[in-house]
Amino acid sequence: MGEILTLADVEAGQSIPGRTVHIERATLVQYAGASLDRNPIHWDERFAKKVGLPDVIAHGMFTMGSAVTVVSEWVGDAGRVVEYSVRFTKPVVVPYEGGADVSVEGVVKAVDAEAKRATVELTAISSGDKVLGRALAVVQLD
Amino acid sequence: MPVNEDFVGREYPPTQPYAVGSAKIREFAEAVGSTDPVHVDRAVAQARGYRDVIAPPTFAVLISMQCDGQLVRDPEAGIDYSRVVHGEQKFVHHRPLTAGDDVVGVLHVDAVRAAGGHAMVTTRTELSVEGEPVCTAVSTLVIRGGE
Repeated sequence: MGEILTLADVEAGQSIPGRTVHIERATLVQYAGASLDRNPIHWDERFAKKVGLPDVIAHGMFTMGSAVTVVSEWVGDAGRVVEYSVRFTKPVVVPYEGGADVSVEGVVKAVDAEAKRATVELTAISSGDKVLGRALAVVQLD
Repeated sequence: MPVNEDFVGREYPPTQPYAVGSAKIREFAEAVGSTDPVHVDRAVAQARGYRDVIAPPTFAVLISMQCDGQLVRDPEAGIDYSRVVHGEQKFVHHRPLTAGDDVVGVLHVDAVRAAGGHAMVTTRTELSVEGEPVCTAVSTLVIRGGE
């Protein structure tokens, strides 16, 4: 990780480096332990199907948290993400065999020169579905 | 049982402080794949102007989810937890959560509304450390309607 981005480094329309997040059941168990969200729909296939889901699904908060890492890495400091909001539009289904991939990309939507802030819109796609909607992260630049 | 609309505007008493620890920050950062050394290396964090290692941007959910529990578990609220899904989430950080913070949360119920057979409840948790606001977490929970 290098320097913190400055206002001069950033312009609207710019793409930021993306990332593909690979999710296995073990990834979700790890997140369940770290976040204390132990809802069995995220690790127990039988339970998930009993409540009408196609299979185990990822925690929305896992997807939200892993997607924003592209913004942290781009700006150069996780502490520069001052606002972050998403809608959970579709669940990320995580089968036992092979797991799932979420492809994350980001584009700078707006730059506020006075506040030295930039807004990045993220897209997150899994199995062809947009799994996050209106995913916006605001960063504080130098 | 429908969600109780009388809960709109309700503010819950401050929670017991949640002690933000460096081990939990590391665990959470690893779980979401945030490799920024600012989560694990105190010297890096201090070189960037922080007192100690800082949490990833969504770490506050650990605390806000526990605050939401006050509402979700309240039998009078009429929320069937087995039908709850997370609809939206927002964080506004006034400064990053930092190891050593004792974070107090105050839960507010901002909205209860019906939408297409579902109920949607929007909560706002104001997180503070010794009275200093550090983060506002807004959650929209969707309570799926019965068939």
